[in-house]
Amino acid sequence: MAAFDHTPPPFFKRGPAPLAMLTLYVALAVSLLVLDAKFHYLDLLRQALAVVTHPLQQLAHAPARGLAQAGEYLQSVDTLHDENQRLKRTRLESAPLMLRLQQLEVENARLRRLLAVRERQSAGGQVAQVLYAARDPFSRRIVVDKGQQDKIVAGLPVVDDAGIVGQVTRVYPFVSEVTLITGKDQAVPVQIVRNGLRSVVFGLGNGQLELRFMPANADVQEGDVLVTSGLDGVFLPGFPVARVLKVERDSSYSFARILCVPVAGVENFGEVMILAQREAPPPLPDPAEAVDGAPEETVVKTRKTRPLRRP
Amino acid sequence: MQTTFTSSRILLPVRPWFIALSLIVALLLNMLPTAWWPGVPDWVALVLCFWSVREFRKVGMGWAFLLGLAMDVADASLMGQHALAYVLLAYGASSLSRRVLWFPLLQQALQILPLLAIVPLIQVGVRMLAGSDFPGLGFFVWPLVAAVLWAPLSLLLLLPQYQPVEHDANRPI
Repeated sequence: MAAFDHTPPPFFKRGPAPLAMLTLYVALAVSLLVLDAKFHYLDLLRQALAVVTHPLQQLAHAPARGLAQAGEYLQSVDTLHDENQRLKRTRLESAPLMLRLQQLEVENARLRRLLAVRERQSAGGQVAQVLYAARDPFSRRIVVDKGQQDKIVAGLPVVDDAGIVGQVTRVYPFVSEVTLITGKDQAVPVQIVRNGLRSVVFGLGNGQLELRFMPANADVQEGDVLVTSGLDGVFLPGFPVARVLKVERDSSYSFARILCVPVAGVENFGEVMILAQREAPPPLPDPAEAVDGAPEETVVKTRKTRPLRRP
Repeated sequence: MQTTFTSSRILLPVRPWFIALSLIVALLLNMLPTAWWPGVPDWVALVLCFWSVREFRKVGMGWAFLLGLAMDVADASLMGQHALAYVLLAYGASSLSRRVLWFPLLQQALQILPLLAIVPLIQVGVRMLAGSDFPGLGFFVWPLVAAVLWAPLSLLLLLPQYQPVEHDANRPI
């Protein structure tokens, strides 16, 4: 019926002034930035938007994945033969250890029961495929193909065949994001295998890690292996994390500068394992009550008062 | 020498689905694994800039904001980081559009370059305020590449709007 509509079209129909719209959108964007950076409130919005972007990402990565698969298919028999030989050899080499492992685990559990020490939790989890690295140049993250559908939650540790790779930080319906241990300021509590010294290792953001706040005379040597200490309640104890690359002891600083390299193939693509949630560690004693009295009494006190404090 | 309004060539009206399609293709190109390489342009910013200059009534800051949010989720960056940069880019492009189109394509590219350079600058500013490291100078290379691509991209995206070449002696234009 537009042909019979004789009202003239409005001249200069422009909508709100561009500057007003700019102010509105900039205010929106800045509030989103603050909400995300300071309060981490936007996971739901992210998940909703991921429903749209995830298929597009799958589509964009399909050609690369197809090429990789074709490359694997066309790999020469020689390479596969070599790899097969190598794998057989390593399996044989580790066979004696593996064969005794089961017996050792049982024996260990029995000894721990004898000593009345808490039993070690055995590691279990799900294998996930690394899909791609997130494009953000400011952070080191990878995206793996397990998400809320597979009961992944944020905080789970991720390992590969050599050691700790990182930690799940964001979970989407079908994929999840893993922050690598080399990411800037990503912290992992560790222990030196050789002498049991505990510390925390921080990512530097350039593919290396640093042991911070170790006194200049600390017993750390080049080549020391760091394993998770398990004090954080997230990582199970005993997983290899890094190897000490360089120790700089400068007498003008009170701390040694200790650089480490990750043991796991952190920057590689392949398969990783997302470990299951760790059993909750025993609750921390209340610091106010821990000051007075012997530690044993404190624990008893805390246990008594805890139910009362919860509403 | 007389300046020529190079866009004065009579074009067909743009089809909205073509704008949407070009923006979605740009989004796809941004998600390719090659987007990691230094110097690969931010296709969404480039195409958005193009349409903001050409059709600022149709593609404006609303589109820029939504596409920015999509890129934020896809890139796993801070929410609003791309959105803020793209909104400022769209605003700058639409306010420059009346001037830019009077120039030939190569000179247009020179004027587009500072506009595109806003995007990485804003992103680095936002992330450094949030506590990230400086990502290196390689992060600032892509606006140069994008400016070089401005002329071919303009020709490509205007292709569906060119009139068919049929000379009619009786038609006034």
